[in-house]
Amino acid sequence: MARIALEHVDKTYPNGYVAARDLSLEAMDGELLVLVGPSGSGKSTVLRLMAGLERVSDGVIRIGERDVTDLPPQQRDIAMVFQNYALYPHMTVRENLAFGLNIRKQPRALIDERVGAVAASLGLDALLDRKPAQLSGGQRQRVALGRAIVREPLAFLFDEPLSNLDAQLRVETRVELSRLHRKLGATMVYVTHDQSEALTLGDRIAVLKEGVLQQVATPMELYDQPANKFVAGFIGSPAMNFFKGVLTRDGDACEFRGVDLVTPVPCEPTSGGAVFLGVRPQHLEITSDNATGEGTLKGEVGVVEPMGNEQIVYVTLPGGERAVAIAPVRPRITAGERVTIRVRPEGLHLFDAISGRRITRFDWPLTPKRSGH
Amino acid sequence: MESGASRVAQRGQFRAGKWIFAGALVVLMLFTLFPFYWAIVASLTPDAALFRNPSLWPHQIIGDHYRALFGDRDFITPIRNSLIVAGTTTIFCLAVGTLAAYALARLDFKGKAPIMAFILAVTMFPQISIVSPLYLLLRSLHLIDTYPGLIMPYMTFAMPLTVWVLTGSIRQIPRDLEEAAHVDGATRRQSFTKILLPLAVPSLATTGILTFIYCWNEFLFALSFTLGPERQTVPVAIALFRGQYQVPWGEILAAAVVATAPVAAMVLFFQRRIVQGLTAGAVKG
Repeated sequence: MARIALEHVDKTYPNGYVAARDLSLEAMDGELLVLVGPSGSGKSTVLRLMAGLERVSDGVIRIGERDVTDLPPQQRDIAMVFQNYALYPHMTVRENLAFGLNIRKQPRALIDERVGAVAASLGLDALLDRKPAQLSGGQRQRVALGRAIVREPLAFLFDEPLSNLDAQLRVETRVELSRLHRKLGATMVYVTHDQSEALTLGDRIAVLKEGVLQQVATPMELYDQPANKFVAGFIGSPAMNFFKGVLTRDGDACEFRGVDLVTPVPCEPTSGGAVFLGVRPQHLEITSDNATGEGTLKGEVGVVEPMGNEQIVYVTLPGGERAVAIAPVRPRITAGERVTIRVRPEGLHLFDAISGRRITRFDWPLTPKRSGH
Repeated sequence: MESGASRVAQRGQFRAGKWIFAGALVVLMLFTLFPFYWAIVASLTPDAALFRNPSLWPHQIIGDHYRALFGDRDFITPIRNSLIVAGTTTIFCLAVGTLAAYALARLDFKGKAPIMAFILAVTMFPQISIVSPLYLLLRSLHLIDTYPGLIMPYMTFAMPLTVWVLTGSIRQIPRDLEEAAHVDGATRRQSFTKILLPLAVPSLATTGILTFIYCWNEFLFALSFTLGPERQTVPVAIALFRGQYQVPWGEILAAAVVATAPVAAMVLFFQRRIVQGLTAGAVKG
């Protein structure tokens, strides 16, 4: 097993499209690193750069301590699981599994042994003589996985491997992958556009946007301390609410003013000016009492999505802006109802209005200073 | 009740549609197969009967025409010539065409579109317009009345078809498969021979058959670039059967039957592979 490191990697396509810009990123030995981002963020390209299927325009790629920047994929000794599995349709499951070992001219006995072991561990024994066309989606997925495992490569790359599975199978396979990662202790890089998949699977998560790395952190760090407004909005579902406003300072006390909301916020040396206040739906509390004052907002309920154990409430604020809150199932909230939203002070994030960068730099939860009046 | 009735009506419609389809198929088959049937019957009918009162049903079957074909006429030589010329052309076309198609479908290089257009442009010249220049060219190369003298012109005409069809079918094979093979450790050549080529077999067979049939049937070049029976191909040999005063229809039709047989056999043989190839990916378990 080995680490995979990108050092100042640029990737520009001949048509001028920039898929990676000065990207430095490392999947540590034995780590499951998730690359996440919206479509067009360059995450798949980064994976293909690691695999050697694309050449970098600039920068260095290392696997272990070896510089593989100019090596073709077949010399990098990594395995990749493709989104559509890319099973060889003219070969049986057995031949698919054995392909990489055959190419590397491993002895017959070793191939048989490894293929047998992997097939047994993935429950593919009975399918070894079938062709991929005769397998279900889940079975194909397992064959693709087996083909990667059987070679015992230095590292594994996954390109949205679960996106073609139905919801239930996806969750099962996700658990299976997690288990596999622990069992093999292998370095894995996993690409997905699904932030919940990223949060559940990753040891660490790298968020990409337009070829630029936004943040690399553990799932909880990413969730609690997003480095900028983009990460804050991308990670977590439903997405974080943002309110545009101004940060003012009065001695030791700082205050956010925007929409109809005034709330005290922790002070920072750089505080001041135009900001976005970010609040996750979990930190917006819906009350029907007529509370007014700091940390409250008035609005009208637009849509309510009951989720069983909670309800997602979309509230239209007086200025036409919208806020999303997660409320307990009881009391039931109905569309058209006028409600008061209370902002929980422990869930506040501040982002610079222009750069989008996070302003507060301390760990939540914390006790914000009360303004004296 | 109502839905049950409509279902019965639907089924009736379905059955009627099937009969109409079958009927149309029979008519079409009669239309296309009758000439072959007539050729076979006529080739077995004595000349006398053939010229006086030809009948659709052979009253008297004789093998004279076939005996003459392989005795006096030496029809073996043109068949051998045709097999050599058509076979070699097909093999070369597939070998060169597959590599060209792979490059056009998979590699990134400048001028791909102009090359494709140029390849297609070659087919636009009517054969008759290039017979004379080709003749002069082949004569100066001392290739008149030789196998290469036929194979090379045939290749120029068959290659564009090969390249276009194969480029299209290679483009339809997902790139992921070759990339997976690369990551698995295959070199570019291995991914070509072990992954791409096996998957391209159905289209290789199709283009191979088309090329072979084209060469097998080709008449103008074969007539122009050969001098005597030594290098004449089947169509030319058959055309030269007719003497000054008579047309030996029995022998001509016997030759036509003999000439059709290998092509028909080949198509039937490869057809199974083509269908196999086409359905392999479609069957979902």
